[in-house]
Amino acid sequence: MSSDKTRQHRVICGWRALWVIRGHLSQRAYLLFALTGLLLPLAGWWWLSASGLMDKVFMPGPVDVLSRLYSWFNDDDLLGDMWISTYRVAAGFTLSAVLAIPLGIMIGTYRPVQALLEPLTDFIRYMPAVAFIPLVMLWVGIDESSKIAIIFIGTFFQMVLMIAEDVRRVPVTQIEAAQTMGATRSEIVSRVIVQSAKPALLDTLRVTMGWAWTYLVVAELVAANSGLGYAILRAQRFMQTDKIFAGIILIGLIGLAIDQLFRWLHRKSFPWLYKK
Amino acid sequence: MDIKIRIEKACKTFGEGSITALQEVCLDIGSNEFVTFVGASGCGKSTLLRCIAGLETLSSGSIKVDGTPISGPGVDRAMVFQHYSLYPWLTVMDNIKFTRQLQINLEDITSADVEAASGRADALIDLMGLNHVKNSYPNQLSGGMQQRVAIARALLPRPQILLMDEPFGALDAQTREVMHDMILHVSKLEKTTIVFVTHDVEEAIYLGQRVVVMAPRPGRIDSICPVNLPAQRNQDMKLSAEFMQQKKAILTRIRETAGVHTDLELLARMTKPADNN
Repeated sequence: MSSDKTRQHRVICGWRALWVIRGHLSQRAYLLFALTGLLLPLAGWWWLSASGLMDKVFMPGPVDVLSRLYSWFNDDDLLGDMWISTYRVAAGFTLSAVLAIPLGIMIGTYRPVQALLEPLTDFIRYMPAVAFIPLVMLWVGIDESSKIAIIFIGTFFQMVLMIAEDVRRVPVTQIEAAQTMGATRSEIVSRVIVQSAKPALLDTLRVTMGWAWTYLVVAELVAANSGLGYAILRAQRFMQTDKIFAGIILIGLIGLAIDQLFRWLHRKSFPWLYKK
Repeated sequence: MDIKIRIEKACKTFGEGSITALQEVCLDIGSNEFVTFVGASGCGKSTLLRCIAGLETLSSGSIKVDGTPISGPGVDRAMVFQHYSLYPWLTVMDNIKFTRQLQINLEDITSADVEAASGRADALIDLMGLNHVKNSYPNQLSGGMQQRVAIARALLPRPQILLMDEPFGALDAQTREVMHDMILHVSKLEKTTIVFVTHDVEEAIYLGQRVVVMAPRPGRIDSICPVNLPAQRNQDMKLSAEFMQQKKAILTRIRETAGVHTDLELLARMTKPADNN
């Protein structure tokens, strides 16, 4: 009887310990919570579709989505759609990064460049990228370059400002230390500022990569005849709700994979941040 | 005594002349002298140090090193900052050797030079007791260890002048004592001229041959106190009557110039029991 009580007591204590502000969570408990958070919505979805409460046209079940994925893969060139979408994101994102990184470093390092470019960039970034689509189609046409251009417009200006901010956050003492050691201006930029800002830069790239996927879908919804976004739009015309679901989940999974890749790269490239 | 650093009528204003950080500061610092600066906050002691380092430019007046006016930072004047000056992406060893990668140290360099520098880096690492952590990253080290790395890095190119801006301000009392004896040892061995800024009067007396007391609003030199302690310092001296007396004198000067004091009346009002009518 008494041992039962102590056990009960212990369970309550364990439960309370979970809710300590910024408390500690064991790896097992973390896994448990994470799995619950992922599986519960899945189970709810399954139940909702199986219960017949909602029409299959509006709410296809997980099995429908899976079988649609399978037929998409077999008959409808799923891999081709994934490839072209990934290609567009990669091209738009790379173009954006290649231009934004040096520009951001310049803005964050030299005040005249900042004064020259930052207000303009700030202004443009508030213009909705989506509204540029008609213009882009007029100027660039409707081939691949127009999708890449839209992704570029959507990510570039944000990226420049975030990179400039990353660079400005390099501690001034690190720069001054290099000055007192006799470093030249270019050495300070390449050996101190860039090195110091690198981890933040990679994080910025990771975050903007997510936005690039958002603009991909926008671009493909409007001006494409291939790709995941286009497939989603077409599925809507034919009321293939399961395909819409499949497309959305696929984009989510690709995004998650790329995000994890960036995190892995971060750990590999900047070991000093992870050693304590 | 040879004059190493000559500060002549150094003035520095900030905010388009609204704040006078330094007003006509004049001081000669001798070769291999250890001068410490103390003073209430806002007295310009850090600004003066940064001006000597060349990180700030004077509004008027001049600072000469060996008779030549300075125009920006130079390798003859190494600086140790209060903190955050190490490069977290480099190991302890690479931080100390950072200066060897710079263009200024790569011109007309012979393999003998490289070897000598490498030998000096090893010697500094041993001297600072960093041998067991030389492959660690700075954020794996305690604050005291990090400052040792910063000092070793500053000393690597054999600077004639070492400028230190509250380098031990963030360290605990015991670590600080160890660092004091270490830096005194270095100054004697390497014949370095050391300019040391601190807010700790005890530290200033223990380390300095002269203690310069500065006063705020506007930042200026208030008085200069030669320290009457034997050249070979030891921790027990901090308890001697001579030391205490000097400490009291300097603290009094700082209090008188600081313009802040404890208002007993206000304190009493704060703790007055609630009046229930």
